[in-house]
Amino acid sequence: MTFKQKRVLPGFGLALGTTVTALSLLVLLPLAALVARSGELGLAGMVRVLAQPRVLAAFRVTFLTALCAALINVVLGVTVAWFLVRGRCPFKRLIDAVVDLPFALPTAVSGIALTALLAPDAAIGRALGRLGLQVAFTPAGITAAMVFIGLPFVVRSVQPALADLNRELEEAAASLGASRWQSLLRVVLPLLAPAILSGFTLAFARALGEYGSVVFIAGNMPMKSEIVSLLIITKLEQFDYAGATAIAVALLALSLLCILTINALQATVGRAERRVS
Amino acid sequence: MNGEERQALSWGNLALSVTAVAIVGTVIVLPLLVVLKEAFAAGFGVWAASVTDPDARAAVALTLGVTVVVVPLNTLFGVAAAWAIAKFRFTGRSLLLSLVDLPFAVSPVVAGLIFILLFGRHGWLGGWLDARDVQVVFAVPGVLLATLFVTFPFVARELIPLMTEQGTEEEEAALSLGATGWQTFRRVTLPNIKWGLLYGIILCNARAMGEFGAVSVVSGHIRGETNTLPLHVEVLYNEYRFTAAFACASLLAGLAMVTLIVKTVVERQAARQTARGGET
Repeated sequence: MTFKQKRVLPGFGLALGTTVTALSLLVLLPLAALVARSGELGLAGMVRVLAQPRVLAAFRVTFLTALCAALINVVLGVTVAWFLVRGRCPFKRLIDAVVDLPFALPTAVSGIALTALLAPDAAIGRALGRLGLQVAFTPAGITAAMVFIGLPFVVRSVQPALADLNRELEEAAASLGASRWQSLLRVVLPLLAPAILSGFTLAFARALGEYGSVVFIAGNMPMKSEIVSLLIITKLEQFDYAGATAIAVALLALSLLCILTINALQATVGRAERRVS
Repeated sequence: MNGEERQALSWGNLALSVTAVAIVGTVIVLPLLVVLKEAFAAGFGVWAASVTDPDARAAVALTLGVTVVVVPLNTLFGVAAAWAIAKFRFTGRSLLLSLVDLPFAVSPVVAGLIFILLFGRHGWLGGWLDARDVQVVFAVPGVLLATLFVTFPFVARELIPLMTEQGTEEEEAALSLGATGWQTFRRVTLPNIKWGLLYGIILCNARAMGEFGAVSVVSGHIRGETNTLPLHVEVLYNEYRFTAAFACASLLAGLAMVTLIVKTVVERQAARQTARGGET
């Protein structure tokens, strides 16, 4: 509809006014303080902070562990989503409900729980230690926590896309002589790709900024297992507000980039779908 | 489908089920079980003593107090945002939609930091607040603000797609029959959105009670005063009082389980409502 609609419903002014006021005071003003502070630093000041070896190391550790965790989550998440849509099992509904636990469990609780599981003196940690793997207090531990926190994002992105998938396409592929693996690889996965990519990006973005579930298991060794969020807190505790601000702005920019990627992706897919239909 | 194919399918189904149950079991359920095991490791008496300790009680009280303020406010903002965004077309609508979601893109620690930069001693408003002897950061108001920030999008995010899909026809009909705007909202809109609204409130509540990163930055960790329950868990854990830490954590784990149960019930009701709407 292109013509201008007359506003029939009441309350537009009140609703918009409330929203914009709350949003400005609670969200935009504090974020503006962050941007203004980084403006005071200037580009040169920002670069000086971000080029410190300890800061670079924290970004590298966080980025790589988040990437690993998101990739692991794609494999695990697609499997679980597949099971929830196509599988038959008496506990399916229970598992469907339990998948959201990482969203509902406070991050500090997941943090200490994962540490209790994977620490060298805990049952699983000891078994892994015998195999020569130390997980807790290393980047592997950070990755494990990020896998926990990110799994629901992939499952909940892929599950509806898989449920909407037209089974006739698979049947057509089968009737044309494709094996189950061929139809999976050539027909199903390409159709699921946007949902998988969107789940991957959500899990990755969450892992980049994650603090509570990671900080207990990370070991927090500067240069080795220190994540960006913790480094911000360390800088704050040393009253290095400029340093904390510069790192925070860089982290925020990374997260926003992820969100923009998802939006662009969804717009492209939306256009493609409209063209098909 | 011949017998051989059916058998292959059921073997495949079994393998898939076992794999999926193993993934969810180890990645998600095991950490929850560990919390309960460690919490009751020294028996029920020690658990009860840990959660009724004065500092723990103060932490529970603060967490509940923060939630009682934050959840109604963000419910109000969420409903207002959804009413404006879902029921009207206006310039800047899609920008507003993105801005409402913005707190989700901000890392919890950064969410705490921005309030330090605004209200801290060296912040924008720090001098002004100091002169009036008002403390926001490292005090309860800071905890409130940080929690408001991180839980801002939850209700709006559930309601906007739902209300957009429902359109404005029913409200227009009610208005044309002489109902006032407020009556229309209460009698027509609210029954239509109740399950989505409840779902949003549950998620908002869970995050408000469980928020850690943002609150950790602004609270100052003053025992008995600005420690919420998640922060109290951290303090106990860092003091190597593991049983007490897990005992308090088990309260939060209980909250998470209640959240999941209510969420499952609400989703089922919402699906039923949609199915009924489809029939008529």
